[in-house]
Amino acid sequence: MNEEPPSANRWRRFDDWDRRPLRLDNFALEDPDNGFCAMSGPHDPAPSALVRNGRIVAMDGRDEAEFDMIDLFIARYHLDPAIVEEAMGTDSLEIARRLVDLTTPREELVRLAHGMTPAKLAEVVAHLNALEIAFAYGKMRARATPGNQAHVTNAKDDPLQLAADAATAVAFGFDEIETTMRVSRNAWSNALACCVGAAVGRPGVLFQCSSEEAEELRIGMAGFTSYAETVSVYGTEKSFIDGDDTPWSKAFLAAAYASRGIKMRCTSGAAAELLMGFHERKSLLYLEARCLCMQRAMGVQGTQNGGIDGAPLAAAIPGGVRELMAENLIAVWLDLECASGNDARSSESEIRVGAKILPFLIAGSDLICSGFGSILKYDNSFNPSSFNGEEMEDYLVLQRDFEADGGLTPQGEDRILDLRTRAVDAISAVIAELGLGDPDPAMKRSVVYASGSDETRSYSPGQVAVISEAIRERHITVLDVIRALHVRGFIEEAANLLFIVKLRVSGDYLQTGALVRGGRVISAINDPNRYEGPGSGYRLTAERRREIAAIRGQLDRREVLRAEAAFEAAEAAVIRYRTMGPASAGSDPREIVVGISPAFGTRLFRTLAGHSLARVLAEIIAGIESGGGTARIVRLRHTADTSFLGLSAARLAGSGIGIGLQAKGTAVIHKRDRLPHNNLELFSNAPITTLAHYRGLGENAAAYARGESPEPVVVPQRGEALGARYHGRVALIYAIETSLTTDGATPEEIVLDFLGTAE
Amino acid sequence: MTKLGTDDYPLAERRPEIVTGRRGKPLDALTIEAVLSGEVTMEDLRITPQALRQQAEIARAAGRPTLAANFERAAELADIPQEVVMRIYELLRPGRARSRAELEAAAAMLRRDHAAPLIAAFVEEAADVYERRGLFAARY
Repeated sequence: MNEEPPSANRWRRFDDWDRRPLRLDNFALEDPDNGFCAMSGPHDPAPSALVRNGRIVAMDGRDEAEFDMIDLFIARYHLDPAIVEEAMGTDSLEIARRLVDLTTPREELVRLAHGMTPAKLAEVVAHLNALEIAFAYGKMRARATPGNQAHVTNAKDDPLQLAADAATAVAFGFDEIETTMRVSRNAWSNALACCVGAAVGRPGVLFQCSSEEAEELRIGMAGFTSYAETVSVYGTEKSFIDGDDTPWSKAFLAAAYASRGIKMRCTSGAAAELLMGFHERKSLLYLEARCLCMQRAMGVQGTQNGGIDGAPLAAAIPGGVRELMAENLIAVWLDLECASGNDARSSESEIRVGAKILPFLIAGSDLICSGFGSILKYDNSFNPSSFNGEEMEDYLVLQRDFEADGGLTPQGEDRILDLRTRAVDAISAVIAELGLGDPDPAMKRSVVYASGSDETRSYSPGQVAVISEAIRERHITVLDVIRALHVRGFIEEAANLLFIVKLRVSGDYLQTGALVRGGRVISAINDPNRYEGPGSGYRLTAERRREIAAIRGQLDRREVLRAEAAFEAAEAAVIRYRTMGPASAGSDPREIVVGISPAFGTRLFRTLAGHSLARVLAEIIAGIESGGGTARIVRLRHTADTSFLGLSAARLAGSGIGIGLQAKGTAVIHKRDRLPHNNLELFSNAPITTLAHYRGLGENAAAYARGESPEPVVVPQRGEALGARYHGRVALIYAIETSLTTDGATPEEIVLDFLGTAE
Repeated sequence: MTKLGTDDYPLAERRPEIVTGRRGKPLDALTIEAVLSGEVTMEDLRITPQALRQQAEIARAAGRPTLAANFERAAELADIPQEVVMRIYELLRPGRARSRAELEAAAAMLRRDHAAPLIAAFVEEAADVYERRGLFAARY
């Protein structure tokens, strides 16, 4: 490979790097004057607060007369004047240390936060590094049991697919399901379809339909939805007004949702103000601290936070991902339920996405993703999430790797297909019973099996609009849906749907961090996080650990032997190994001994590359003979190790040259007088070793016997993660080999009968 | 009656006897049979002001005074018709009310017609803040 150097004066590795998905990401220089600053910005105010006669008269460098709406709201409703002096008077580094100190209880830190201004909160968490933030997050979050939330949408607003995908998301364990639509008129149809789908399989999954504020509340009133989270707040007055609200209007809306028995959380996240053009030169974290203080002030139970739509922008700024973690920490420190972002995909790099999720996966979170795309990326009407239908199994494996509860549970193929069928039947029955349409079997079938809407032949957005408007105009409610389900024989689904609607009567799920698990409401009140170090806080039960571990496609010894057994008959048809008694040392100087392993051709019948062992032997023998050598086969039963197989074979060979060959295909050329692990040639990458390589091995062995120094055979690898792909199987196979060894067993002479052409 | 505490939570489980729907139906009357017969209506599935005040007591006992205050405001809104709630919300959005007086009139209505003193005071406070921050300007 003596190519000419490139014409451009550039190390070609940069060309390689340019082609990585990472290079599609934007990276921005730090520039506080233009709002590009993650935390501790030069224009952020120094923390301060002044209390006079029980009133906050100055805060974070502003006198009351200069307060904007956000300052006013925080000063009046968030800050507790009785605590301000103590909290603001305590050194920020000291408070930061208490956040990670196991002897300082969560309650004490929550109490102090009630006396801290946004600048103070931001200053404290800025003292923590990323690991400390994650640790403090695990300690400070409100509810003990972690949960997760799914997006269920599709590119056609097809109700059949929404129902099937909602049921699928429920099966995987999501606690909340959020939908939205491509065509805003379709909100009612989407809501109805998802609420039916979410009632398949188990009761109690909370559901929301993200749409225009007034419409969303109306859909909630009709009983289709159980929570809302699109109540956005912003960290500067001007962006708040551009968002068409004020702290007072949003607080009023918060009360309105509660008054209808609907669980509600606010939304805020880093860089929203920067995107909206009103950042006031403040850091992302300071503005977010204002948002979060405001949310506690409004009296909402929780927040969707951690750079929601702005996450990709935050991630473009130095330290931006640490900032996202820091704002989530402030959220839980303020005792808010936290749906911790990990929502909008903030990078094209799978490594960055995986790294970003990890702290939340291992620390746990009320809702780890505030929108895990349970559907394929192109079907996600919110835009792709960090994790989507494509990456679902990666997430399941991360849970298993770290023994961390990410809220999801692996499911088998049969169960998913049953649930999808059931969901499509249920929604079709409801549509027919309510006189909204009559989905035919072909439509239904196409949806059940479809991975995404590209594969369905079902409703189009325009047809859905007709259904949706009928639902709205006819004032169809959840009770009509429950009745329709029951009349059409979907008794369990009718009961599940009634269960969730009944929850709103008591209002139990309005409390902080409320979810439904096993038919019970759990929240920060009856399932509080009391982490006090090792052995405390949320831990996997043995049962939960089993669920998380049960991913698809796991190998065991039985599986390996079953796969091998399938090859046994084919091998028996092409080769016979005749055992001729103890092998003795040879004297022919052309003789090469091939030492095969104990399970070779007895329990194991093909290499990791899938080659028939008969073919491998035939190639090696052909190679030896073409080099003028003769081959003798010996089975070694005192060892299964390649080096010792090779060395033992060499010591039996008249030439002093031996080949060690394991059933999995690993091979070595050895010489009588060498140390065990100092061989002549080694073929360690069995999965990519070809028959031609084995032939070359035989030829080289013969060359060594002739006293030559041939060019070693090199098996080229292209960076495959062979360990990841094969080591599970290798360990199981090798255990089969070693189980057949006997200390001191003598080598056996083997005569091969080739009976025909091997595959 | 003594105030509810965290031990009373969840109410539907621990204190079902004090939970009823809008028309006084207890939780165990909200059966599938009753839904099928038409005996249960959406009214029966609405939260009551009383339940919201009960949840406020629990939130306060759990150390969440701001959440409790929100539930207390919600308790006042629970009986207010949807159109009125949405009209007040709209009026509180930037630039919708053109004067302090408009918001004050709404507050007076809430106090007079809907016995909602907390919400009324909240709207009056907004009037004061909006005036101070110049929010009575037309936006579209």
